[in-house]
Amino acid sequence: MRRIIAIVLLTIVVLGIALSLTEVPFGTPKTHVGDYYVKEGVKETGAVNIVTSVVLNYRGFDTLGEVTVLFIATIGLGALLTTHKERKKKRDVMPASLILSTGCRFLFPLLLIFGIYIIIHGHLSPGGGFQGGAIIASAFLLTYLGCQGVRISERRSKLTESLGGLVFVIVGVLGLIFGGYFLLNFLPKGTPFSLLSAGIIPIIYVAIGFKVGSELVSVIDNLMEGST
Amino acid sequence: MILVYILVFIMLISAIAAYVFKDLVNAVIATGLMSLTTSILFYLLQAPDVAMAEAAVGAALVPAIFIIAIRRTGRYEE
Repeated sequence: MRRIIAIVLLTIVVLGIALSLTEVPFGTPKTHVGDYYVKEGVKETGAVNIVTSVVLNYRGFDTLGEVTVLFIATIGLGALLTTHKERKKKRDVMPASLILSTGCRFLFPLLLIFGIYIIIHGHLSPGGGFQGGAIIASAFLLTYLGCQGVRISERRSKLTESLGGLVFVIVGVLGLIFGGYFLLNFLPKGTPFSLLSAGIIPIIYVAIGFKVGSELVSVIDNLMEGST
Repeated sequence: MILVYILVFIMLISAIAAYVFKDLVNAVIATGLMSLTTSILFYLLQAPDVAMAEAAVGAALVPAIFIIAIRRTGRYEE
């Protein structure tokens, strides 16, 4: 009986969602603000990648909040797992196979360079600090899996993370000092499509890249430490 | 357009598989497959920024964290 009621309710919900989605005009502009970003974004911010100009210039303060959320999550995980670290016992770890250990040694520098490329070209091509930081973290994850015994220094990862956050806030406050509002793009915009353009956007993206990368690496480090 | 339908179909199948599998490692691999298809779908729908984040986080980091968690608990679902 309960099963029949559940199926009937589920059908009603699915039908409702499907009917309401048919009425939504997908692909048509519903607000003027998106149009404005596409038309004026390159001129106003100097960043060719419109997504980056929205994330770090028009909505820069939201990005600061987003970075803070990730920071708090990492701190919470570290605080939760250090209690387990006290009573860790040695478990037999299976050695990595030849393919994994060799692949890790060859792929680690390539992944690192790819992540740095993504971070530095955040204002020119798709990508940026978050994506590049996640790629760098996956490179470190590969070394944790393949080259056993490799551990990153926890103090240095914390230092990198804090420096990244500090650079973000300091650049924002410098905008407050020079122009009157937080995260103002006070540096010269430069010519579009060149690497050194868009003012403060590349600086902030490099800071975010370091911060996100070291945070995700320390999450993996905490979990791996606790599990072996 | 037909490619989008194929990808959505793969996503549905792998999501159901992640729910059905009793071996949790297989379920984690199914979630990773779902994230990978999602990122290809994002790329086809002209959102390469989101596709990159989804591929790096959803297909690499999250399955790794799940597998570490499985190693600490149990591999099979009762």
